[in-house]
Amino acid sequence: MTAAALATAGPPVGLQASGLRVVYDGFVALDGVSFQVAPGESFGIVGESGSGKSTVLRALCGLAPLAAGSLSLTGAPGLPPPGSQAFRRQVQMVFQDPYGSLHPRQTVDRILAEPLAVHGIGNAEARIERALDDVGLGQGFRFRYPHQLSGGQRQRIAIARALILEPQVLLLDEPTSALDASVQAEVLNLLDALRARRRLTFLMVSHDLAVVTHLCQRLMVMQRGKQVEELSAVDLTAHRVRADYTRQLMQASAGFRRAGS
Amino acid sequence: MSDSLPDHTPLLDVQDLRVAYPGREGGMTEVVRGVSFTLGRERLGIVGESGSGKSQTGRAILGLTAPGGVVTAQRLAFKGSELMHCAAAERRALRGGRIAMVLQDPKYSLNPVMRIGAQIAETLQVHRPVSARAARAEVLQALAAVQIDDPERVARLYPHEVSGGMGQRVMIAMMLIAGPELLIADEPTSALDVTVQLEVLGILDTLVARRGMGLVFISHDLRLVSSFCDRVLVMYAGRVVEELASADLSRATHPYTQGLLNCLPQLDAPRHPLPTLQRRAEWLA
Repeated sequence: MTAAALATAGPPVGLQASGLRVVYDGFVALDGVSFQVAPGESFGIVGESGSGKSTVLRALCGLAPLAAGSLSLTGAPGLPPPGSQAFRRQVQMVFQDPYGSLHPRQTVDRILAEPLAVHGIGNAEARIERALDDVGLGQGFRFRYPHQLSGGQRQRIAIARALILEPQVLLLDEPTSALDASVQAEVLNLLDALRARRRLTFLMVSHDLAVVTHLCQRLMVMQRGKQVEELSAVDLTAHRVRADYTRQLMQASAGFRRAGS
Repeated sequence: MSDSLPDHTPLLDVQDLRVAYPGREGGMTEVVRGVSFTLGRERLGIVGESGSGKSQTGRAILGLTAPGGVVTAQRLAFKGSELMHCAAAERRALRGGRIAMVLQDPKYSLNPVMRIGAQIAETLQVHRPVSARAARAEVLQALAAVQIDDPERVARLYPHEVSGGMGQRVMIAMMLIAGPELLIADEPTSALDVTVQLEVLGILDTLVARRGMGLVFISHDLRLVSSFCDRVLVMYAGRVVEELASADLSRATHPYTQGLLNCLPQLDAPRHPLPTLQRRAEWLA
């Protein structure tokens, strides 16, 4: 495959989910969650821990068992059905904690080579080099171990690992919450640039409203496994929110206020 | 140690505090390089990114520097008495008794195999001779003070049975039960959800105000710290690069502080791309 073929990986792909339900041992983690993400759109999911926001992502990429509901890719004919290997190549995930999601005893090179081997993709050498360049790390990082990298560099490797399969949909589970504010800005800019360059569709989970609205045009607020509200980033910045819970989240993100002041 | 000191003696007086760890090729690497500040009965925030030495500063004050680390200071005084020359036993008596520390993540800092009530009572019994019955009563009071609705039930639980926010409140109850005069809180709310974060901060705020404690609040979140503390120290690479009153945050002069403030995404002012922090070599000097 040539370099040009690597760069253009087809038209953007959207995602449709309806009535997603996930149950763990009688505990309903997700209860009838439905949403649509247009091709090339960036969609945010906000909520507190235990609200099921990460479970949505896990259900989308097949890491959580669906008890009910359906999900499909949209935007082009002949897209793979969920559960197939081709679907998993199209939908890739970046996990929250770059300290926990990279194999501590594998070099960056091996970490990046594994998804290629799993999906039977050749030309690993060139792809790994390109993936490292894409996330702004040089070739000098290729044979390092995760413990030799900073948090921001690790998260870049995690992003490179997801992108090396040229997915159309990227699932981001709190991609910056383990990072310092200064590093967070760099990773957010990288994600922004990659999305524009590759016409990616993003689904991003975060508890930080400012981060979500920075990257996403639309967002869904979740609480206790249910969707509470769906609104656009513009509505949110203009404080046009309906649900009390969303309002609470907005106040929380404004910082601490002493009682009575 | 005397309690009859005049009020203008600072609670904590730190001059030229340095912490160094041995490097791989011999030699020492200084992670805290000459930090100085004094603290009265106020809320002081220490802000910086990871590796800036903010936690090491807090740990050095308590005498909890990891083995191998070397702490030096011209002066490290708690209520006028020098800590650097204290015997280990004396430091131990202070720790948890008059100076306490709240750690970041309750999941890792509470004893997983001890019931919550017993853990809190342990702190009390180490520092004060109290009967088991009196300790129990105080434990329930302390849990109620951090707004836990059913202290009796929570005291019987193990740490894994409570949520993160509840765990952090338990931690605060444990740290405050011996009645410390100085509380060091190292990222006390970073592991919590935003909404829970505010609840925990509210509780911390009222308790600190009611008891007239001094508070050192260590965090990487400049905005949070400035909304919570009276005064902020900004640390970079082991040094204090700027000290300012929280109200004057917008008038910060050091480019690092400005950069930290600037690089956060803001709800009402979208910017693409976000400004990033350009580190300069002269900040290390």
